[in-house]
Amino acid sequence: MRGDGRGRLSLRANLGSFISSLRSNHLKSLATPYNRAHHRFAVFVAFATFLLIIAGALVTSNDAGLSIPDWPTSFGSFSVPPLRGGIKYEWSHRAIAGSIVLLTISIAAWTWFADRRRWMKWLGVAALGTVITQAILGGLTVLLFQPPWVSSAHAAVAQTFFCIAVSIAMFTGRRWVEEVPQIEVDNRRPSLVTLTWLSIFVLYVQLILGAMFRHHGMSWWPHVANAAVVAFVLTWTAIRALSQFSKIEAVRRPAIILVSLMIVQLCLGFIAFVTRVAWGRDAVQPELPMVISTVAHVAVGALLLAAAVILAIQVWRQIPVSFEQRVPSRTRKPVAA
Amino acid sequence: MFGLFNLGLWLLVGCSKKEETNDAPASAPSSMAQPAVPAASPIDPDTVASVSGTVKFDGAGPKPIEIDMSQDSACKGTNASETVVVDAGDVANVFVYVKDGLGDRTFEVPKGSVTLDQRGCKYHPHILGVMAGQNIEIKNNDQTTHNVHPTPQSNREWNESQPAAAAPIEKTFDREELMLPVKCNQHPWMRMYVNVVKSPFYAVTGPDGKYEIKGLPPGDYTIAFVQEKLGEQDQKVTLGAKDSKTVDATFKAQ
Repeated sequence: MRGDGRGRLSLRANLGSFISSLRSNHLKSLATPYNRAHHRFAVFVAFATFLLIIAGALVTSNDAGLSIPDWPTSFGSFSVPPLRGGIKYEWSHRAIAGSIVLLTISIAAWTWFADRRRWMKWLGVAALGTVITQAILGGLTVLLFQPPWVSSAHAAVAQTFFCIAVSIAMFTGRRWVEEVPQIEVDNRRPSLVTLTWLSIFVLYVQLILGAMFRHHGMSWWPHVANAAVVAFVLTWTAIRALSQFSKIEAVRRPAIILVSLMIVQLCLGFIAFVTRVAWGRDAVQPELPMVISTVAHVAVGALLLAAAVILAIQVWRQIPVSFEQRVPSRTRKPVAA
Repeated sequence: MFGLFNLGLWLLVGCSKKEETNDAPASAPSSMAQPAVPAASPIDPDTVASVSGTVKFDGAGPKPIEIDMSQDSACKGTNASETVVVDAGDVANVFVYVKDGLGDRTFEVPKGSVTLDQRGCKYHPHILGVMAGQNIEIKNNDQTTHNVHPTPQSNREWNESQPAAAAPIEKTFDREELMLPVKCNQHPWMRMYVNVVKSPFYAVTGPDGKYEIKGLPPGDYTIAFVQEKLGEQDQKVTLGAKDSKTVDATFKAQ
């Protein structure tokens, strides 16, 4: 018995050091020096992307998506049209989106040449691929007259790109590059890593349901019903993270942000429902309370998804799943030394 | 990469438009399969009858909602919602047409155009009736750009911008469709409805709620009253030679 216990302790110690070294070589980042300018630029790209999401939400909330009927030109030209009516929302969205494409090319190129981590180079390329996909979806939504599935895909890919931009900002940060992770093994089931992935999944489902409702492809009730599922999963994830791993700041902070944003988002969702579905049923034009509440709901939704992604990455980095969970006992076989 | 991207986009849009043009929707009436220009059925002018009446609203009509047009300085004047227009119990903007009773008769499509005007950032008229295949002339009398965007179920969707003082846009809708929404995405309050029918026997109620349909051959008919929010009511009427009958309708608040 005692021998078994000692063996298990030794196994955990070896496992911990193995995971630590593995992550040092991959996601953890002693392989590249901290580059302040690169990091600040990545933060700027993430912030600009957040503004783009707000600009896109303003287009939808003001029903201005087709106010410019052509794409990629605007009324047959690349010059600035008279910014009246819905045109000011749609053209501003296009202008910010064009700037984001240039910023993404820049951050991808900078990362490719300045960052020593191979996976970071490819993350920059992935960001560029995502922003190109997003531009194509934006064009299709105009040229195909906003089919709900295209417009919803445009909304979902927008937030995916935002998460990538936020991740790049985090991976280039001083904390990520210079700090040594505090490895704590997670023995509980489901593991916190599983819960964080489940959180991202339910948030994505919620994002698609919300976008389908916003773009007239679905009723409001699936989005509202799934809000209860999202609230349950996110609360469970945050409670687990805060109760078991509150000593790890890199986990504690995103967990607190996650649950705080979730509460704000539920309140905004309720207000958006009242202003749009209840009060706005007979509205002859988008009314200000409807526009403000829905745009805020989209913006906080994007922040919530990004917080869930950051938490998942930090949990993956800091809290490995125990050997017992990853390899069930019946499949474990003794290996001769 | 840009070339490939453009090629893909062109293919996607091209495929989509082809589908819209060629495929008849499942819900389309069977009469759409008829030849484009069938021979018109003759009507004896000495026996034609007419039907007229008034559309009423039961109860207090909804108050019109004032529209805020401040987002475009070129949109001047007052503007109010036209979703349900009731004045002293009379309902305006109800589309009235012969829904049933004409059998297999065919009618010549008028050569003249019907006009849809954009004035004061508002559509004139709010409800338009037109025969399938008849030309619609869309004018812009505002000092701002509008975009004209019908969102039909059975016809082809299009979206065209029309700057101030631009030439009229000429369009037709080839398939029957009631309450086909037309909107301007630059001015989200701008919305009107086109009603595309296969006979010339239709009318739109005026501010006094009255309508009149003339020139009907004797027969048993179903007259439909269609309102964009209040829905549809049907009434049956039998018309003899040279009859002139009254068919009224009353809508209730929903």
